[in-house]
Amino acid sequence: MSAISASTTETAIIYEGRWRRRFYPIIMHGVMLTAVFLVTFPLIYTLILSTQGTGLGSLRPGTAIVENYSDAWSRAQMDMLIRNTLIVALAVALGKIVLSIMGAYALIYFRVRGGMILLAVVMLTHLLPLPVRIVPTYDLLTDLGWVDTFKGLTIPFFASATGLLLFQQFFRTVPTDLADAARVDGAGPFRFLVSILIPVSRTNIGALFLIEFIYMWNQYLWPLIVANSARTRQVQIGIKQLVATDAVIEWGILTAGAITVIIPPLIVLLVLQRSLMSGLSASTEDF
Amino acid sequence: MNTVFPNRILPYLLLAPSIILVLVFFIYPAAQSVELSLYRVNRVRDVQVYVGLENFERLFHSDSYINSLTVSAKFTVAVVVAALTISLALAVGASLPIRGFGVYRTLLIWTYALSPAIAGVIWALLTDPAIGVLTDLLKAIGVNFNWRQSPNDALIFLVMAATWKILGYDILFFLAGLKNIPHDVLEAAALDGANSWTRFWRMVLPLLRPTLLFLLIMNTLYASFETFGLIDITTQGGPGRATNLLIYELYQDGFKSSSRIGLASAQSLVLLAIVATLTFIQYRFISRRTFYQ
Repeated sequence: MSAISASTTETAIIYEGRWRRRFYPIIMHGVMLTAVFLVTFPLIYTLILSTQGTGLGSLRPGTAIVENYSDAWSRAQMDMLIRNTLIVALAVALGKIVLSIMGAYALIYFRVRGGMILLAVVMLTHLLPLPVRIVPTYDLLTDLGWVDTFKGLTIPFFASATGLLLFQQFFRTVPTDLADAARVDGAGPFRFLVSILIPVSRTNIGALFLIEFIYMWNQYLWPLIVANSARTRQVQIGIKQLVATDAVIEWGILTAGAITVIIPPLIVLLVLQRSLMSGLSASTEDF
Repeated sequence: MNTVFPNRILPYLLLAPSIILVLVFFIYPAAQSVELSLYRVNRVRDVQVYVGLENFERLFHSDSYINSLTVSAKFTVAVVVAALTISLALAVGASLPIRGFGVYRTLLIWTYALSPAIAGVIWALLTDPAIGVLTDLLKAIGVNFNWRQSPNDALIFLVMAATWKILGYDILFFLAGLKNIPHDVLEAAALDGANSWTRFWRMVLPLLRPTLLFLLIMNTLYASFETFGLIDITTQGGPGRATNLLIYELYQDGFKSSSRIGLASAQSLVLLAIVATLTFIQYRFISRRTFYQ
């Protein structure tokens, strides 16, 4: 009797295990697809809206896609906005990459007296996000004559504690044999940096570029205060103007503008996503 | 640290630009903030009178500032709790060792590319009284949602938009953290039915603690500062002062009036105290960590 009951339980366990193995992935796919749908639906709805001229708010795409996008484009002066924001985002991303590689290189591969203190000073910038120094920083910009200039939009962002930490941590993991071998071969500091260190850092460079490009593309408060004219105006402020042009919001045009503005950072994210993921996993290992 | 190259001056030259930028655009303005907070400043009449701690006294006796503190605290706690809970669940789901799940890792992080301002436009659309689907859905279950009129709805609206926008960032970091957790731990947690919940709390969460603490701080900073664009493009602090977060109040005093610069600087310093406290807490919990914006 006991033998029989034992074997039935066993069968039941095996059966249940099989059931789980077969259906569990299907159920989980269902759960994840629902999650993706819920997270993405707001964007899909916005995308649909941007094609509608009349019958706003239905879930069927409309026929006003060309009108909406060209209206948004001309009303917000989208070509200027995108150009201006690209200049700022690229300049800051590249500037931060160059400066933080230089700094981390100095700290790891050279003898720097008080290096830890210098590092601590740069780390201080984390304690001082823009809002806690915004009025004096604006005053400083006025004194420098940088209000409404690309200098004013970019240079205050160039120092990067994030980048310095990222490269500092990464350079520590680069085998020292590499540098010793390079030195023995007669490579100077500059050649080692350019032909060995920078190439092995490309994942981290990609990760930092992605982080900083998106960060700058999405800047709002600083451009709102500093970039007053069409000559330097940034995309996010352009969207604000699309909201504020009329008493009644023209949803078709506004959503077309919003979709346009989302595209560049989305492309950067898609292209560099892998770099970011591996850069993050590598550098957060010793969290 | 082992030094490789013997150059004596070169490293300082390499570090100089970063140091100069930090001194000029961070340390100097911060010091100025301290100074300005002790003065009553009028930009139009170009006068500056030393008043000691009067600005701070005025702040903490002002109903509108106390209101901003309260609203900010509520908003921040709501966003941080909602964002971390949802993103952790989704990241754990997307990390399950099931064939084809790699695609969810891409499909769930894309809100990282959005700005808070654009998130505001999108959620204003979803909740528009005339054409919003969410408005219709809520009406169907008997809820009349209108953030332009109801102070309570306005705060809920901002929490929803802000949480949605930060999901991509949080999921990204949780995924990176989960990548370092051995597969069999996750697999066991996934397949073990009734025990999976316990296993999650006992095994997965402790391994994610550093990521969790990092995101806790970053989300707090995000909710406190970066949501400025979201507020400015939608509620503008209203209705009434229902969504007048600290950062919005600071902007109005610092840049929308000519006589409250001293007051705005005092507010900056209060923000600095808050940020410093949070950073200190983080330093206490994690010895080596990385920051990302």
